[in-house]
Amino acid sequence: MWLFIISDAVTFGALLFGYGYLRTASPDWPTPFKFNPSILNVMLMTFVLVTSSLTMLGAVDSAKAGDKAKATRFLWSTVLLGLIFAGLHIREWFGLIDEGVRLFQNSWGSPLFGATFFSITGLHLLHVISGVVAIAVIARGFARGSLTAGHVETTGLYWHFVDLVWMFVVPLLYLLNLSR
Amino acid sequence: MAVSTASGNVIAKYLPVYFVLLGIAGLEVFLAYRNLSTSSLLAILLGLAVCGGALAAMYFMHLAQERRSLFLTLIPALIFVLLMLNMIWTDSFRLLHLRPFAH
Repeated sequence: MWLFIISDAVTFGALLFGYGYLRTASPDWPTPFKFNPSILNVMLMTFVLVTSSLTMLGAVDSAKAGDKAKATRFLWSTVLLGLIFAGLHIREWFGLIDEGVRLFQNSWGSPLFGATFFSITGLHLLHVISGVVAIAVIARGFARGSLTAGHVETTGLYWHFVDLVWMFVVPLLYLLNLSR
Repeated sequence: MAVSTASGNVIAKYLPVYFVLLGIAGLEVFLAYRNLSTSSLLAILLGLAVCGGALAAMYFMHLAQERRSLFLTLIPALIFVLLMLNMIWTDSFRLLHLRPFAH
């Protein structure tokens, strides 16, 4: 799992560097994010994702301690928080799409904004949705006894990594593009 | 895998890290609304993001409790690759001014 995480970190790193390259080289880069709703939404998403990391820690610890019921409850809480995060993320996407931002165009300036924004947040959202599915499968398997605490811990590593990536996505994609 | 904490209440144990991470996120938003230059803001936000990421990796992902050899193998390699990606910047500044450095 660590090798996967490091390779995924390099993938996200390359995407974020590519985004930085395009942003620097584009004089008409848009700054569309207003405090309400975008930044408020992002703050809520951050709170939800960091809280889900905490519930995942609870799941790993309970699984190691052999408390199957508690671990399963924590795992399903993490799934719920992951779904809330994905819902908020999709709401944010629809808000931007309503304002005319597409993968290859936007009404405020450089069309590369839409390409980089949807690519990076889309890859992160894909990780969140994959994580939600994986945690649901692990929760079910662990409750039935077919999976072990090791499986829960490995999935936890992945989930914390998704949280970690979000800490870089927010400042670079949102906070550097604030509407003033 | 990390060594088991054998703690009954891991949530309470990691609550300080949780609040620090939320605090960093709040501080980033606060600073984003200060009148800082883009380059200063970028440097500060990246610094805060690295701190938050390091906290998440060391405590949430238990990297601090992993084998030292794993840490020493993976992290320097990751940092090396990320530093190598910085070679693109000169070209992006050239593109911004639409002229090669040779001029």
